[in-house]
Amino acid sequence: MTLLTGRAVTKQYGRTAALAEADVEVAAGEILAVTGPSGSGKSTLLLCLSGIVTPDSGEVWFAGARLDDRGEAARAVLRRTEIGVLLQHGQLVPELTAVENVALPLLLGGATRGSAARSAEQWLDRFGVAGEAAKRPGELSGGQQQRVALARALVTGPRLLFADEPTGSLDSVAGESVLAALVSAAKDNATAVLLITHDATVAAYADREVHLRDGRVLSGVTA
Amino acid sequence: MSTRHLLLGLLARGPQHGYELKRAHDDALPSAKPLAFGQVYATIGRLERDGLIEPAGSDRVAGPERVSYQLTHSGRTTLAEWLDAVETPAPHLGGALLEKVVVALLAADRDTATRYLVQQRAAHMARMRELIQVRQTATSVSEAAAADYTITHLDADLRWMQQTAARVDALEKEIRP
Ligand SMILES: Nc1ncnc2c1ncn2[C@@H]1O[C@H](COP(=O)(O)OP(=O)(O)O)[C@@H](O)[C@H]1O
Ligand SMILES: [Mg+2]
Repeated sequence: MTLLTGRAVTKQYGRTAALAEADVEVAAGEILAVTGPSGSGKSTLLLCLSGIVTPDSGEVWFAGARLDDRGEAARAVLRRTEIGVLLQHGQLVPELTAVENVALPLLLGGATRGSAARSAEQWLDRFGVAGEAAKRPGELSGGQQQRVALARALVTGPRLLFADEPTGSLDSVAGESVLAALVSAAKDNATAVLLITHDATVAAYADREVHLRDGRVLSGVTA
Repeated sequence: MSTRHLLLGLLARGPQHGYELKRAHDDALPSAKPLAFGQVYATIGRLERDGLIEPAGSDRVAGPERVSYQLTHSGRTTLAEWLDAVETPAPHLGGALLEKVVVALLAADRDTATRYLVQQRAAHMARMRELIQVRQTATSVSEAAAADYTITHLDADLRWMQQTAARVDALEKEIRP
C-alpha cells in the first residue's frame, strides 16, 4: 500500500530550481533512501513532502488524502501524530532534559506525565542513551543528541518518519549502531522512513533508493 | 587496466594502426602508464586471433608497412556487451571502473557512460545490502570486521562513481576534444 506520493513536486528558490518535478512514492512500512550530492534538493524534497514547505506546483498525498493544500494548522497536527520529522540539525529544546525532550510530543498530544516519561525512557533505552536521560542537550555529545532526537521523532509511533541525515556520516561504529537501531525500530513499529543521506553505506540500510541530481529524480537508480 | 577493451573502444571510432592506437590510448588516459609498443602489438595479435578486429588496409609512407585495423561485427558485439555489464562489486576493482567510463565515452557517448555508472551503482548497492545483513547477523567480531572491510571499499567506489557521474561532461570533452 502506498503511504506517501509526491507527484511532479517543484520548488524554486529565486533562480535555483531546488526541486524539478520530482516523483516519489513510499509504501507503508518501507524504508526509502533519498541520496544525491550536496545541493541536489534532498532537504527541499523532505520539506515539501512533510508539509513544512508548500511546493510551487505538484501534489503531495499522504494516506490517501492531499497534504500540500491543507492549512498550516492541519499539517502541524499531522506532524505531531502520524508524521515524524527529524531535521538535519537535531533541534532539541536546550532547556529540557533528554527524557523531557522525548516526552514532549506525547505531552502535547495529551498523555499523562507518568506514561509520557515511561515511553520516553523506553525509547532512550532503545537508542542506547538511557544513561543520559537527565542531561540537557548541551551536556550531550553530537551523536547522543542525534539518538535523543531520533527517540523523540519516533515516540508518538508515526506511520512515516522523515529523517534528514540522521547519522551524519557513518565513519564510526557508533553511527552504524544508531542506524541499525533506527531500522529495527522502524521495522518493529511498521513505520515507513524517508531517509535522506549523501552516504551510500547509509542508503544501503534502506529497502530502496532514489537518487537526486540537480533537483531531479534520476531514473534508473531504483534498486 | 584491460588494454584489450581500451583498444576495442578506440577502434570503435574508426580504423587505426598500432602507433595511432598507442598515442590515442596515452591521450585518453593520461593518468595511466604509457602503453608500450610491444603491448599494443601483442594485444592487436590476440584481438585479431579472436576475430574481434581485422586488417583494414596498409600503407607505407616511409619505413615499414603499417597495417590499420577495424572492429569486426563480433568485436562490436563484444564491446557493447562489455559496456552493458557491471563489474562484480568487490574490493580492489582498481582502474576497472574508470576504464569502463572512458571506453564508454570513446566508443559511444556520455549517456552510455552515465547508464553504466547508474547500473554499477545499483550493483554495488545490492552487494552493500547483503554485506550489511552479514554484519548484522555476524556471530564474531572477525566476521563483522571482514564484512566491514568490503563495505568500506565499496563505499569508496560509490563515492567515486558519484563524483565521476557529476563530471562526465567534462571528462568527455577531455577525452574527445
Ligand atoms: N531557503 C532557501 N533559500 C534559497 N535557496 C535554497 C534554500 N533552500 C535550498 N536552497 C537551494 O536549493 C538547492 C537544493 O538545496 P537542498 O535541498 O538543501 O539540497 P541538499 O539537501 O541535497 O544538500 C541548493 O542549490 C540550495 O542552495
Ligand atoms: Mg540537506
